[in-house]
Amino acid sequence: MSKNQIPLWEVFIRPRNGLAHKHCGSVHAADEVMALQAARDVYTRRGEGTSIWVVPSSAITASDPENKDENFEPAMSKVYRHPTFYEIPEEVGHM
Amino acid sequence: MYSQGLIGAKTDTNEDEAFLAAFQARIDAEEKIEPNDPMPEGYRKTLVRQIGQHAHSEIVGMLPEGNWITRAPSLRRKAALLAKVQDEGGHGLYLYSAAETLGVSREEMTEELLSGKAKYSSIFNYPTQTWADIGAIGWLVDGAAIMNQIPLCRCSYGPYARAMIRVCKEESFHQRQGYEIMMTLARGTPEQKEMAQDALNRWWWPSLMMFGPHDGDSQHSDQSMKWKIKRFTNDELRQKFVDATVPQGEFIGLTFPDPDLKWNEEKGGYDFGAIDWDEFWRVVKGHGPMNRDRIAARQKAWDDGAWVREAVLAHAEKRNARREAAKMAAE
Repeated sequence: MSKNQIPLWEVFIRPRNGLAHKHCGSVHAADEVMALQAARDVYTRRGEGTSIWVVPSSAITASDPENKDENFEPAMSKVYRHPTFYEIPEEVGHM
Repeated sequence: MYSQGLIGAKTDTNEDEAFLAAFQARIDAEEKIEPNDPMPEGYRKTLVRQIGQHAHSEIVGMLPEGNWITRAPSLRRKAALLAKVQDEGGHGLYLYSAAETLGVSREEMTEELLSGKAKYSSIFNYPTQTWADIGAIGWLVDGAAIMNQIPLCRCSYGPYARAMIRVCKEESFHQRQGYEIMMTLARGTPEQKEMAQDALNRWWWPSLMMFGPHDGDSQHSDQSMKWKIKRFTNDELRQKFVDATVPQGEFIGLTFPDPDLKWNEEKGGYDFGAIDWDEFWRVVKGHGPMNRDRIAARQKAWDDGAWVREAVLAHAEKRNARREAAKMAAE
């Protein structure tokens, strides 16, 4: 067994013009050219996309699930950031 | 294929009560578990085993059907079979990726398949003797796989559930193309109909075995149900498959090779005869008609591909080095 493992790439696909690229899975490939080809074969066999990005998995920095509370909880208590927090008389109409 | 995925899984786990209770509470609340979340070692190991064996089943499953690509009876059938076999390869890759999120490498999984440590579905250890077998596999084997895989779309482990959603969307074409082959043969000449009947006779019982041992004999089923890796028991899924499939076979004038098969009004389902579990375990343990051929074919593919894997890595390394050198020169 070779010690060199073939690198992992994350695959992002734009389903239609006008939409953002969305993560859909991963592939192993030696370089970016082969990663794009593999991503096309594995993830777009039925017209799922019009554009593909591949990114080395090792290049992604992710937030730590252990810090979920300190990262995201503060937003939960700030209800005044949402439009429904403010009461506007009905007579004013849609705002 | 996929209840058999639990064969050899070890659900033992040795975390403390509080940890296990907190984990179970998340499962009971139908929260999805993601790769970096804390999880019991037994949960992780069970999933590595099950997803790995599911992936191996997809890859080994390409072999019996690949056998007929060059001999498909028309261009239409050939194109469909090629697309189906390519899908199975894709399904294997989605599943290997899902297993890799649990900290096992593709190379390790491949080694376990080749050494016989990891299993794959027993069904792929039967030979495809005639063109009708391609119809029977699509109709019965993919039909049974769909029964198993639809509840897996709601599996508690996020990456597995998401892979299953993609697989199920694609699998429906497989079953329909298989049934269409069977229907065409069943409505053809007497010889063609006989060929379809013969394929049903040979594939029916092995298809029922795909759901795995009876609930009472399935060691790891309880814990897997509790962790919501599985949603239905082996026997429940097998019954659903029989109930759905028998009318489809009767519609095209084929008969099932089971004298005990009859509708039971009271339970609202079919009663069926006893499964030959000796045959099942013989095949799982490596003594089916095609076990050796299948592993030999995977071993050959792995060995023959070694120089390609080495070459692409060497090429990537050379390109990177050149790029680095050009950058240095420009600075």
